[in-house]
Amino acid sequence: MSGTGRTAILAAIVLLHVVVLAAPWVAPSDPAVQHRAAPLAPPTRVHVVDGDGRWRAPFVCAIVQVPGGNGSAEDCTATAPVRLFVLRSEPSGFTTRTARHLFGAPPLDIFVLGTDEFGRDVFSRLLAGARVSLTMAIAAAGLALLIAVVTGAIAGYAGGAADLLISAVSELVLGLPWLYLLVAVRAALPLSLPPPQAMAVIVVLLGALGWARPGRLVSATVAGVRDRDYVAAARSAGASMPRILARHILPEVAGVVAVASVVLVRQFVVAETTLSLFGLGVPEPVPSWGSMLAAAQRPGALTQTWWLLAPVAGLIGVCVVYYALARVLRPDLLHQRT
Amino acid sequence: MRVLLGRGVRAGILLLTVSFLTFLAIARTPGRFGDELRLNPQISPATIAALRAEFALDEPLLPRYGHWLAAAARGHLGYSLTYRIPVERLLWGRAANTLLLTGTSLAIAWTIAIAAGLAGAAARHGGWDRAVGITAAAVLALPDLLIAIALLTLAAHSGMLPAGGMSSPGVTAGWAAARDLIAHMAIPVAVLTISTTPALLQHVRSALAEAMPVPLATALHARGLPRARLITRHALKLAAAPLAALGGLSIGSLLSAGLLVEVLVGWPGLGSLLLESVMARDQFVVVAATLLATAALLAGNAIGDLLLHAADPRVRLADAEPRSAFS
Repeated sequence: MSGTGRTAILAAIVLLHVVVLAAPWVAPSDPAVQHRAAPLAPPTRVHVVDGDGRWRAPFVCAIVQVPGGNGSAEDCTATAPVRLFVLRSEPSGFTTRTARHLFGAPPLDIFVLGTDEFGRDVFSRLLAGARVSLTMAIAAAGLALLIAVVTGAIAGYAGGAADLLISAVSELVLGLPWLYLLVAVRAALPLSLPPPQAMAVIVVLLGALGWARPGRLVSATVAGVRDRDYVAAARSAGASMPRILARHILPEVAGVVAVASVVLVRQFVVAETTLSLFGLGVPEPVPSWGSMLAAAQRPGALTQTWWLLAPVAGLIGVCVVYYALARVLRPDLLHQRT
Repeated sequence: MRVLLGRGVRAGILLLTVSFLTFLAIARTPGRFGDELRLNPQISPATIAALRAEFALDEPLLPRYGHWLAAAARGHLGYSLTYRIPVERLLWGRAANTLLLTGTSLAIAWTIAIAAGLAGAAARHGGWDRAVGITAAAVLALPDLLIAIALLTLAAHSGMLPAGGMSSPGVTAGWAAARDLIAHMAIPVAVLTISTTPALLQHVRSALAEAMPVPLATALHARGLPRARLITRHALKLAAAPLAALGGLSIGSLLSAGLLVEVLVGWPGLGSLLLESVMARDQFVVVAATLLATAALLAGNAIGDLLLHAADPRVRLADAEPRSAFS
């Protein structure tokens, strides 16, 4: 791949994570606030020409519920200009909290991607959901890689019975259709958990099921390095096994781990979304791409309230960017589907 | 044969482990079957106790597992507590539906992959080959979930295809029923085909590329063998072995994708049954569905091995000879 291609991919990765990290600031409203007066509003239009045909600075109209109907529409009797770096107060516990946002149109609302049936801003939920999903995926990938490196190092270096046992377990994990396994194991836990526990459960589940493939790569790499001369030299110099592993062998594994982490994060974001879509993942009111998509399963949602499918765009973004990154690093490790 | 035997033993151990682990997991589940029956004033506590006793639900884990294992050995996988029929009867119908879906898409995906791979090999590094490669890479980047949602949205917008279920109410017999079934299959089969084809295609391409080492191809070409004949006769034969092994392996990823698609379009298959029974705490069905999926995967791998065995004389030879200590 060319140098510019690499730079573009790196820039996209950095941009993605900066936007997600800065979600509360980029998002125009609180993801949990319900704008009861504007359920199922379509994406707010930004106007530059007012009712009299005159040009004006960009402005938005008020969003009001359609009387008797199940949706909202704009009402241009009230307008407000779009501004950058606005101050906005939001409910926070029993009080209100004032925070600065990247853009907004006080006193009116901008729903960049419309609202859901409770009047919550889809764009803000998309960003907050990205934070939740990516954090969980990265934590789960970290856990999976930790298990993979420990078991892989033991299996590859010690060999013998430990190798047999570890490969048997990883064969067990790899030998099963992973989505079936994920759902079946999730079945053992209470169906509805409070959000923090549910998130921890999912991270542990994904980590516990995702280590097998990278574990095999690590073990193969370690076994390949084990008999090199410099390792033999360290051994004959009396270095202990942990020292040999840490100083001489594991550095060789770094490349494999880097690629595996990229592949895993992408896979886990999709897995978490799938679980939440099935109702087995992160519960409401925590925004998650999966539960947002579950709301889009309403009859007629696909044709009438298309903006509820916004998480699809987020998923495409994350998948494509991470896939491109993995492809740059090592194209031959990508044959597993998610 | 020795290899087959060893494989059978390994598969048996794997199935036992999976059954025990799912059993263990289900046993630790909070929320027990019968809890909601207790809310119904028409059902006496004695009835519930009798029900629980019938399924040995109150015994400790190990006797219960032994109980189940003994029954499973005789072909009885338990009793669905929601559907009130034996699990095996429930399971076969659902598994047949899943097989219909996955079998069809597997056949289509392989046809496309081989055809496109051959066409690409015929004009290596040509425009067609590159276009196919880029498309495959682009589709590989998208998860099944997105492909499914995209096609469902398309179906909903066009209104030409039913976007859910397996049959329309009222259509029961003859041609109309068959046409109806095909219309309902279109979306899920398309999703599964799109999701499986790119990986297969990449394998076909690399297998063909490896099977056509340049000197051989040049020599045969120089003797006046047409390129098309060279590919179909010689390269495809050499590429058959790795592809055969892959054939079995592709079943596993297809099963996982199948669960997702079944749930999204409401296809009454094994995957949606599993999710339903997880939600309903229908423990025997969870265990049996997981086991059946594992068994299907193992069978797929075994078929792949057998095909490899049939396609590659070198493998047959290696199996026939006693394995050396250094291999």
